[in-house]
Amino acid sequence: MTNFKIFKYANPAKFLYLCEKTFIYLVLLTIIFLSFGLYQGFFNSPEDYQQGNLVRIMYVHVPSAWMALMIYSSIAIASCIYLINKHLLANIFCKSASLIGASFTLIAIVTGSIWGKPTWGTWWVWDARLTSVLILFFLFVGYMVLFDAFDDPTKGARAAGILVIVGFVFVPIIKFSVDILELRTLHQGASVSKLSAPSVHESMLWPLLVMALAYAAYFISLLLVRMRSAILAARVRSLRMMQAQRASRAAIVPERP
Amino acid sequence: MTRKKRRLYTLIGAMVLLSAATALVIGAFRDNLVFFFSPTEVAEKGIEAGQRIRMGGLVEEDSVIRDADGLTVHFRLTDLSHTIMVTYRGILPSLFREGQGVIVQGQLDAPTHFIADEIMAKHDENYMPPEVAEALKKSGQWKGGNE
Repeated sequence: MTNFKIFKYANPAKFLYLCEKTFIYLVLLTIIFLSFGLYQGFFNSPEDYQQGNLVRIMYVHVPSAWMALMIYSSIAIASCIYLINKHLLANIFCKSASLIGASFTLIAIVTGSIWGKPTWGTWWVWDARLTSVLILFFLFVGYMVLFDAFDDPTKGARAAGILVIVGFVFVPIIKFSVDILELRTLHQGASVSKLSAPSVHESMLWPLLVMALAYAAYFISLLLVRMRSAILAARVRSLRMMQAQRASRAAIVPERP
Repeated sequence: MTRKKRRLYTLIGAMVLLSAATALVIGAFRDNLVFFFSPTEVAEKGIEAGQRIRMGGLVEEDSVIRDADGLTVHFRLTDLSHTIMVTYRGILPSLFREGQGVIVQGQLDAPTHFIADEIMAKHDENYMPPEVAEALKKSGQWKGGNE
């Protein structure tokens, strides 16, 4: 595993350098994709034959649900790497990505609820899809709480890593609850990621995919900011520790004869 | 390196056990994870009158009757092999119409009559502009079955 080229950037100093070089481009990409996607989705795409203008909620809702699942999966993978290889950077990734993932999950739940009231006739139902996404949100929140619940940060990271890996069983349940498990749900089946051609018309699929790219670019830029500050905070902490150690040593030494 | 390998194998073993456990749990609870019954299941399972259930199916064509009070509707809910008469009083979701998939919540008061207190419209996974829907219907490639 140590032979992967990507671990070259697992060195925090190299990672900080990479952050600095790419950050501005990621922000630019976010702005371009987001403004283009929102314009296309809200103004320049057709109404749906059944839902009318309500379909436009899809451009916000669907990519955030995708991001929520993607971020959770990447945290689970990074936790595996942290638990096996003890890479500091994997740990920092998990800690930094969790809040963003929780936010995307919340956005998906709230926008879905707003869409559900006029379309289904109800804000919320306890069907397999909606319930499992709510559990995903609780997993994110529980993860963040557990991470900081210990005096020793490495203990917290280990406990939270195990939680996120155990919770990973929910990812396929969420993804496939509407199709393969034949759990009949109120939520409709997959439209884009099914084996046959996607059942979203081209004119609506384009803005949707652009929005997905915008969310991904936004996630990575936000992630870099959070990881950078986490790395710097860790440095400040270790410098303070060293200072305190030196100070206590200096205080002890003169007492000795 | 050996400690790292041991952690890796422990993790893989735990993942395998965990996925097996999850698969078993889902297999066992599948019946309870189902959000609604079809009219056929309602007929076959012998669900008693007064038991609160959810039932899903299509609103049969030409079966919707609205009472004079403007709030009460009667319609037949079908899964194309069994049909159950449904009565509902209240506001219908905007997607409710003949041919649409709906889920009704309430109870049976006779083996083939259902009193609903909540109706939810099921949305399908197709999204398209009205002109495309129109064109598909004209060319006979319409697969939705609605309308």
